[in-house]
Amino acid sequence: MQEGKVLPAAQINRDLLRSILETPRWFWPVVSILGLVVLAATITIGIMINTGLGITGLNYKVVWGFFITNFVFWIGISHAGVMLSAILRLAKAEWRRPATRAAEVLTIFSLMTAMIMPIIHTGRPWRILYWAFPYDFARGIWPNIRPPLVWDPSAILTYLTSSTLFVLIALVPDFAVLRDRTTGWPKIVYTMLAMGWEGNPRQWKLQIIAGVLLSALILPVFVSVHSIVSWDFGMAVAIKSWHSTVFAPYFVVGAVHSGVSAVVFAMILLRWAYGWQDYIRHEHIDALGRLLIVVATGWFYFLVMEIIFGIYGLEGDELAVRALQFLPGEYGVAYNVWMIVFVGITYFLPVILWLPKAWRRNLWIMSAACISVNVGMWLERYLLFVPGQANKQFLTFTWNDYLPRWPEALIVAATFAFVSMLMLLFSRVFPLVPLYDIKEGDILRTEMQIGRRKLTATFRED
Amino acid sequence: MAMPAILQRMRDAISPPSTKQAILGLFQDAESAANAGDALKGAGVPDTDYDFLTDSPYPEGSLGEREEKHRLYLYPFIGALLGLSSGIMITAMSQVAYPLVTGGKPVLSLPPMAIVCYEGTMLGAILFTVIGIVFESRLPKFQLGIYDNRITQGFLGLRVKAEPEQRYEVIEIMNSAGAVEVKTDE
Repeated sequence: MQEGKVLPAAQINRDLLRSILETPRWFWPVVSILGLVVLAATITIGIMINTGLGITGLNYKVVWGFFITNFVFWIGISHAGVMLSAILRLAKAEWRRPATRAAEVLTIFSLMTAMIMPIIHTGRPWRILYWAFPYDFARGIWPNIRPPLVWDPSAILTYLTSSTLFVLIALVPDFAVLRDRTTGWPKIVYTMLAMGWEGNPRQWKLQIIAGVLLSALILPVFVSVHSIVSWDFGMAVAIKSWHSTVFAPYFVVGAVHSGVSAVVFAMILLRWAYGWQDYIRHEHIDALGRLLIVVATGWFYFLVMEIIFGIYGLEGDELAVRALQFLPGEYGVAYNVWMIVFVGITYFLPVILWLPKAWRRNLWIMSAACISVNVGMWLERYLLFVPGQANKQFLTFTWNDYLPRWPEALIVAATFAFVSMLMLLFSRVFPLVPLYDIKEGDILRTEMQIGRRKLTATFRED
Repeated sequence: MAMPAILQRMRDAISPPSTKQAILGLFQDAESAANAGDALKGAGVPDTDYDFLTDSPYPEGSLGEREEKHRLYLYPFIGALLGLSSGIMITAMSQVAYPLVTGGKPVLSLPPMAIVCYEGTMLGAILFTVIGIVFESRLPKFQLGIYDNRITQGFLGLRVKAEPEQRYEVIEIMNSAGAVEVKTDE
């Protein structure tokens, strides 16, 4: 049953454009604090590029640490956009309406953040250009397309371009609403962005087809992106615990798990910050909670498979890495304790919290569960990448451990501030809940009397 | 916003200025707007001469509007072909220009080429789809014409291009159907 009430278009405009037409008192102080964190990280990146990666905890054995963990984490978050927007749009799920744009925008900003990580991780970011793109004509240097170093940029840039265009196309009708509601230079900007949109049946027809067609085209890109990211590891034959065929689907499902959780948390924050109780309702959070139980269980299946695949071959050096992951620590970091924590907070705790309906409708509990998933998913990537590189083998002295230092910790923390800041700035100039989608939902809603009950129903056109 | 003179001249060259006048009726509900549309059709106004303007999509046919034909589905195919060709060109030419012969294997390594070509194909398809959406929606439109801001507040607009002699009849039809306001471009 649908909840909520049908609202007049004028009220929908007023409520959902409030973040643009009025500046809340908390807005600029919060953006300034986030901006300061980002500035501190930018200075640190400058110092790191000038001094070298020696100021980080990376060493000759563990060459991929916090930065690459964070890269995979943000790529994972970026999968929320397509998961929610494209799949639910194709499935014509009615409860998708308030969530799609926030999810798509989160995709764009998390992809941009993710891209920064491997670039700064190289230590010499300017070299990325001729490693990845065929541009250095004068010296005859061409990229080697065989390693994932080239596949990654091609997939991520395709995904970023597609997601950005997807958001922009869906924003055009909302730009027209803003064009009609603003004055002065904002009106000039929104007039240009609206491109003369007037809302005739032809334009709406193409807008609807665009949503479905672009969703169908972006879905295969979404699957390929995290598969290719997983091959950054899966193709590395020399590193035990990475060379697994299950990595691609495992990464994709894990990405959806963390991404959808992040969107739920973002939606709860937006509902609270902008007073969007009539738009982001308990029924939406409840539906997402149910979806997350399925996704989490799928992810857990792949986690177990990945471990079984590793152990089943009984290779000595693979078993040594697994021992490092699961048995009590004999050197440095107790990975086994972290493994227990990670599985607990990524699967068991949130799923228990999502099972009762009353808890799925409690926004505090849902926030806690979604934060728990994301902390866990960050840990998952760390525990997947670092022990493998420590390269522990019996009777060898060629292994080392990794402890991050302050520059890595600060830069990783700043990426969260960066994405939050970009989301807030976006909400200041563009609507984060699609106005026309909400209005369309209201047009299709009606009340039906069935026996002694009056139910709210939504019609769906096939 | 006024259209720049050069654009105006270009537009006039493509489609000469019409003698028809634009009339916009504003309706509060879909039923009245659809009734006005039916009445216009009954009065002999061709359905290509009127358009409904709304702030959200209505189910197709609910306003009695004409069926719109488009060729959007062609665009992704053209884009995909171009993207695939670019992908093959970039990957093949990079390898031929700087051959990395490994263990006597062929210079062109097909599995990695397939990955980059796949991404190129999808990027081409998506870029062309977006171009197609803009183009088929007849955007960008430099002059909005007769319009009312209340359309994005939930009102439905019915914009008619009428011959001067039909003008009063069209206004009458709209008023009878329950228009809250009728505007003309004079």
